[in-house]
Amino acid sequence: MTTDFTPISALGGGALIGLAAVALMAFHGRIAGMTGIMTGLLPPIAADWGWRAAFLLGAIGAPMLMVFAGGQAVGFDSPVPAPWLIVGGLIVGIGVYFGSGCTSGHGVCGIARLSPRSLAATLTFMAAAVATVFVVRHVLGGL
Amino acid sequence: MLRILAAGAIGLVFGSGIAISGMANPAKVLNFFDIFGTWDPSLAFVMAAALAVTAIGYRFVLKRPRPLLEPKFHVPGNRKLDMPLIAGSAAFGIGWGITGFCPGGAIPALGLGEPSAWIFVGSMLAGIAAARTLRIALEQRAAQNT
Repeated sequence: MTTDFTPISALGGGALIGLAAVALMAFHGRIAGMTGIMTGLLPPIAADWGWRAAFLLGAIGAPMLMVFAGGQAVGFDSPVPAPWLIVGGLIVGIGVYFGSGCTSGHGVCGIARLSPRSLAATLTFMAAAVATVFVVRHVLGGL
Repeated sequence: MLRILAAGAIGLVFGSGIAISGMANPAKVLNFFDIFGTWDPSLAFVMAAALAVTAIGYRFVLKRPRPLLEPKFHVPGNRKLDMPLIAGSAAFGIGWGITGFCPGGAIPALGLGEPSAWIFVGSMLAGIAAARTLRIALEQRAAQNT
């Protein structure tokens, strides 16, 4: 299945992600990493759960508002069967916990402040994802 | 209260960026990784723009003595590469390649009401909780043995 190459919305959306990362550091002094923010909301719940929950609700609310406001369609298509979503979800959860971050925390915030750990993590998960998609699509012939 | 409202507003900006950029769309993410198939390079542009804005913004923000609403910056100081970092990141990449969902893309996707996003996020949270319980148990055992 193909998807359209969309460089303009990619640049615009990426700039907004960067803006949010800068704002969260400027106001709260925090890395805008989804893994770290989320983990503090699981038991044992962090004492500073308030801003974490608010950030998460805002993140969930944004596409909701875009859809309700109409006009702005948010592209979404998940071609993966549910059992693989469960397996993949578990692997992602365990991986980002031990890896101390994901695309937002390591890939954006960490590399932006030249962290060697984040650079190594990002190269590793990008390479692993490319290799996995290659095996799934071109060796196994799909899930 | 101001902290909570500001965090909510920043979350809205983050979620809008994810939704507009296509990061919340697993089909698009999987095609970004499918270099030898139906490649869609869009997400390289997302990363490039996000990184450019963050790198420039951080230069100004981190020069200040403290954040606007909190007493201090919480920036990780660890610069050492270790096994949990690399093995964990490799596992994350495998799961990302299977599903097309990463945490930052999946959480905003919940707002679209798509069942697949809810299945993924439920499973991901279970994975984080299990890994965290395991680490806390291991650390307690190590502490008892010393």
